[in-house]
Amino acid sequence: MVPFGGWDMPVEYSGILAEHRAVRERAGLFDVSHMGEISIQGREALDLVQFVTCNDASRLHLDQCQYSGLMSPEGTFVDDLVVNKFTDRHYWLIVNAANRERDFEHICQHNHFDAQVVNVSEGYTQLAVQGPATVKILQPLTPVALSPIRYYHFTIGKLLGVECIISRTGYTGEDGFELYFDPEHSEHVWNGIVDAGQTAGLLPCGLGARNTLRMEAGMALYGHEIDTTTTPLEAGLGWITKLGKPDFLGKAVIEQQAEQGLTRKLIGFEMEESGIARDGYAVLHQGQRVGQVTSAGPAPTLSRNIGMAYLPIALCPPGTLIDIQIRTRTARARVVPLPFYKRRA
Amino acid sequence: MDYPKQYRYTKEHEWVALDGATAKIGITDFAQQQLGDIVFAELPAVGTVLHPGQAFATVESVKAVSEVFAPVEGTVAAVNAELAQHPERLNSHPHDTWLITATVSHPSAVNQLMDAAAYQRFLAAQDSSDASAH
Repeated sequence: MVPFGGWDMPVEYSGILAEHRAVRERAGLFDVSHMGEISIQGREALDLVQFVTCNDASRLHLDQCQYSGLMSPEGTFVDDLVVNKFTDRHYWLIVNAANRERDFEHICQHNHFDAQVVNVSEGYTQLAVQGPATVKILQPLTPVALSPIRYYHFTIGKLLGVECIISRTGYTGEDGFELYFDPEHSEHVWNGIVDAGQTAGLLPCGLGARNTLRMEAGMALYGHEIDTTTTPLEAGLGWITKLGKPDFLGKAVIEQQAEQGLTRKLIGFEMEESGIARDGYAVLHQGQRVGQVTSAGPAPTLSRNIGMAYLPIALCPPGTLIDIQIRTRTARARVVPLPFYKRRA
Repeated sequence: MDYPKQYRYTKEHEWVALDGATAKIGITDFAQQQLGDIVFAELPAVGTVLHPGQAFATVESVKAVSEVFAPVEGTVAAVNAELAQHPERLNSHPHDTWLITATVSHPSAVNQLMDAAAYQRFLAAQDSSDASAH
């Protein structure tokens, strides 16, 4: 067990490689109860969500989810999050464990709207079931028809007799669902899914596999690819940044960056030479230090060693050769397009 | 898993199997369990001089990087080439999978390391101090 944002979380159950493979080929079950949920309700709930996040929540339909960023006035990430729309006057922000108190205070500080902000994190357990066999495993446990739920949509219904928010979202690059429900039923639901998934080869998965899976999928991890020093454009998250919507925190800075062009950008790289890059290692180009690795390690599905880093814009085109400082030596790597892994449709 | 009685062990979780003046050196079952799935072993060149307590190799798992320290003074005589293709053998057969063999300067120094019983007591003591820390 390792301390993770104040939580004791298993890094692995049966081994990171086995768990990783289970999710890519069959299914895995993750306890992600440490994620936070912040409820925003009221006549101007949407206005508040719009003001603090960079994506356009006005485009959400009922029962739809949206990946977005919680912005600072400097146009950087206070956090990344998922916005759920329950009604025109009720939204949820699903935020990272380590940030949830700070996020809550940040939102309250900018709440000049007719909206109530409540940290409801303690009221929910979150489990994620991810992998191609997810629907097959979960369907017998619920009267809700799972197949019709579209990606980044959710519904509310019973699963194993427990009222759940059933959301077709995840952090692995695979199909799957995230379930939110009363923590009182945590063990019952966890054990029920483990049992139901046994014949299909579902494995309980820890933080280790969660990290290798999201890295292959090129997904950002707060504190690594994104933080209060990085903007959505630099992080390659222009697609969640809607400059056409009304004013929001940091918009002016991001607009200026969009006009003037970026000086650095998040890239993916693959090791060309033997060696494994790790978080925090220096990136060199022609002997000069040009950046730092944000996340890196072995990519089990690809059988390659991969990583992400911020590089000066001139070095960002795929194919550029860079060097990673691995302890006392350097090893050659090549810039490649993100994501590293994309599931077959 | 058994800790072979004829081996000697270090507090950094290396094992040493001495045969004359030549020692096979590997990492213990405890070490591989702590590391998890091992995916890479970076080994020294033959002829590298080993200084006791200094790192001579690096073993990497999916989640962690770990240095391997020289248990005794010596010179690297051979490296286990099989590990380039099959680093996972360090997980499945930790006590049969050597990283290097070394020509040991003072074979008697090996016998001053922990024997299997002492190493297992050392592990048990680590375990209980871990438990009290939580």
